[in-house]
Amino acid sequence: MATAEELAKSQREISVAEFFEKNRHLLGFDNKRKALLTTIKEAVDNSLDACEEGRILPEIIIEIVEMSEDRFKVTIEDNGPGIIKKQIPKIFGKLLYGSKFHKLSQTRGQQGIGISAAVLYAQLTTGRPAAITSRTSPSKPAHYYELHIDTQTNEAQVVKDDEKKWAKDRGTKIEVYLEGSYQRGMQSVDEYIKETAIINPHTTIIYTNPKAEQFIYSRATDKLPTLPKEIKPHPHGVELGMLIRMLNNTETKSLQKFLTEDFSRVGPGTAKEICEHAAIPPKTSPGNLNREQAEKLKKGIDATKIMAPPTDSISPIGEALIEKGLKKEINAEFYSATSRPPSVYRGNPFVIEVGIAYGGDIPADQSVTLMRFANRVPLLFQQGACGTTEAISKTNWRQYGLSQSSSSLPQGPVVILVHMASVWVPFTSEAKEALAHYPEILKEIKLALQESGRKLGIYLRKKNKVSTELKKRSYIEIYIPHIAAALKELLGDKGFDDKQVERMLREILESNRGKLEDMKFDPTKNKEFDESMALEIKKKEEEDDSKEES
Amino acid sequence: MTAKKSPDTAITSVAQDVYKTIMKQQSPALDMPLRSLTNVKYDPKDGYFELLGKMKTRTLTANTAKTFAQTLRMMTLSKKLIATNDIATKRDAYYQSKGDWGEAGFGDQVESDAIMDDMEAMLMINREQLGFIPDEDGSSCTGELIVVDNDPITGEKIEIDCTKFGTGGYSIPNTVDQLKFKTKAKFVLAIETSGMYQRFVYHKFWKKYKCILVSLKGVPSRATRRFLRKLQDENKLPVYVFTDGDPYGYLNIYRTLKVGSGNAAHINEYFCVPDAKFIGVTPQDIIDYKLPTHALKDVDIKRVKDGIKNDPFVKHHKPWEKALRQMVKEKKRAEQQAFAAKHLNYVMDTYIPDKLKNPKTWLP
Repeated sequence: MATAEELAKSQREISVAEFFEKNRHLLGFDNKRKALLTTIKEAVDNSLDACEEGRILPEIIIEIVEMSEDRFKVTIEDNGPGIIKKQIPKIFGKLLYGSKFHKLSQTRGQQGIGISAAVLYAQLTTGRPAAITSRTSPSKPAHYYELHIDTQTNEAQVVKDDEKKWAKDRGTKIEVYLEGSYQRGMQSVDEYIKETAIINPHTTIIYTNPKAEQFIYSRATDKLPTLPKEIKPHPHGVELGMLIRMLNNTETKSLQKFLTEDFSRVGPGTAKEICEHAAIPPKTSPGNLNREQAEKLKKGIDATKIMAPPTDSISPIGEALIEKGLKKEINAEFYSATSRPPSVYRGNPFVIEVGIAYGGDIPADQSVTLMRFANRVPLLFQQGACGTTEAISKTNWRQYGLSQSSSSLPQGPVVILVHMASVWVPFTSEAKEALAHYPEILKEIKLALQESGRKLGIYLRKKNKVSTELKKRSYIEIYIPHIAAALKELLGDKGFDDKQVERMLREILESNRGKLEDMKFDPTKNKEFDESMALEIKKKEEEDDSKEES
Repeated sequence: MTAKKSPDTAITSVAQDVYKTIMKQQSPALDMPLRSLTNVKYDPKDGYFELLGKMKTRTLTANTAKTFAQTLRMMTLSKKLIATNDIATKRDAYYQSKGDWGEAGFGDQVESDAIMDDMEAMLMINREQLGFIPDEDGSSCTGELIVVDNDPITGEKIEIDCTKFGTGGYSIPNTVDQLKFKTKAKFVLAIETSGMYQRFVYHKFWKKYKCILVSLKGVPSRATRRFLRKLQDENKLPVYVFTDGDPYGYLNIYRTLKVGSGNAAHINEYFCVPDAKFIGVTPQDIIDYKLPTHALKDVDIKRVKDGIKNDPFVKHHKPWEKALRQMVKEKKRAEQQAFAAKHLNYVMDTYIPDKLKNPKTWLP
């Protein structure tokens, strides 16, 4: 048997980079096809975040060049504020380094892991360093770096450090060589970029795919989304463990100060009320609270009415733009969008937005097509594991006129868009592919779905009514001649004018029926529809995660 | 037993009304009595379920355009049948619609049967007079009876002696209104099952008891009911009914034979045998003769309870109500054949003769 001493010899610290080298599937690099997509996605997320924070209308240039079989050179360039020299190696060459992990704000990136993971993946598959060019102002030169990641120490190894002439006044460009695989379809880079353009109407994207086809998605609006604000956690939804951690880490000296300064929406009055409900003096030092007292405090918080967290920390897309986005992409006969008021889970405010498109070009005889977004980032993988899928499956769509077997996605010619905007979007894994199943979030998604679903139901009932009515009218046409003919036979030809009888019958039957609205699908009615943006809805098997190459 | 108006006149007058309404630019409508147990009453003086007068109106709308057209089409078919002195079965009528009716043709015989029932109710004329005959024939008859029929081609009278069929029997035709009877029989015994009927024929029961034997084959067809009715009315013969001792025998076979049914309320007047008596097997017989029994199923018990509560016939006849309550209590049923447990001819030699002597053991 091995002694503890012997065991200790093999016990050593594992570097983060080393850990992710072994677990790269957690970051979305499970296979070549996904690796290519994830690399682009991480770079684009960062570019968009940087541009919005710098209040610059984003213009992103993406280029994929196929170097040899399964080898690609990927370049992503933005017009953002740029990155100062000394930060470049840390941002691109060190995992878990970033500006976003330590604050609560609605951004695309969260952990500071994505882009460096892409650099690491590129290095692992091709051995080539990542090249980064960045310029922060026209008065300064552009910095050029080539760097590796040391997987033992999780530090950047600078291969080349240079200054460079760059036509751009400011911005950042990253070039990596990596092993990947390019495919079209529902889970492709093409699709990701298209959906990104739709959900970010203020962005221009110029994209060249490996087939040397260039797509230009020009911005649809010059209005930047309002800048989401950083916020402190909201007391409601803070779990006990987190509360204890906050109590231990706070710099405040009294419970009252702790409540007012470390939380949002708590003023002195509310803080006193919480303390009263918890039966703990407001002057108590937060660090002195034991576990039971913390639990009492939690109950006190729950018993106190507190204003909802500030909504300006969230920047929703809005019903109008969601509907516009859907119209651009899908030529359907009916659209509806719902933007819910902000709600809270675990102290994090969030907003759920839903869009529904029905009919038209959408294929009918399969389950609905789902488009998922989190903080304006398309989610293309792990649909089955996503909270949105659960919320849709658990919504009763039959009442809105769609067929649905119990607890599964409804069937029909429908595209459902779900967007979650939050200061902290909970994902089921670091790869950020599926929303975690928090009851508060599922509830909001369901409410949004129901609201849009009701509008769909009204539309479908009306459509149904019109089609029954049309059927009935055709009945009149079919059977009137039979009635006239039978009467003629029964009463004899003499003085019997069957044409007149038919005319009279038509008048009698149609006078009871009003004018009819034409509800047939008119493919030219949707002026927003842009064929180059058309969503490719394939047969379901092709977008099944499990069928992917491993 | 014919309608006040001739069938042809009745059809024409309905068509006339429809035509006139159309010409006034109003929606034409066809009125017919509602056919259901809720629309019948039982008056023992008349002896059958009579309509209460609830009406169903089929107004011409886009929804009813098809059935409306079909009803009128069916009326033209009937008019033709009457004019050419021809007949058509329900199945024939269904296929006729497949000919030149085009889109107004029936998808299924169920549809054409329903229209036929509607038409019958609307005109208050039974369908035999409209030229339609049932698909199934009547059942058999043997015994002290001479049936006078007409040769279908020559119209010449034909006498059929029902004692001369050996081990077989006279087959009651689909329409019986043209028949006349000569008989010296004292009563008619109507038997539910063919097997039991066969035993009575085989041993010439009819000779010894001077009677007429009729097989019912379950719920008797209209022709059989008309046939029995004619024997009752025209020859003043009592009709005794012998069925299994179970809810179906009581409430379906016997009740329908005697007073008619809710669904066919508009024609009960012609197809009932109001003076018929139920000779057995009664719930009391099951006990008295110690018959082998089967347990009643829950649905049977439900059927009996429903009969006690809702059937106007049972509600009127206390002995029936009592008998049915007894059945609910005992939860048992016995078949006609159950007497064979004693010996094969016990039913013929002992049971029926005993019962004939004791009218007190009958049910009304």
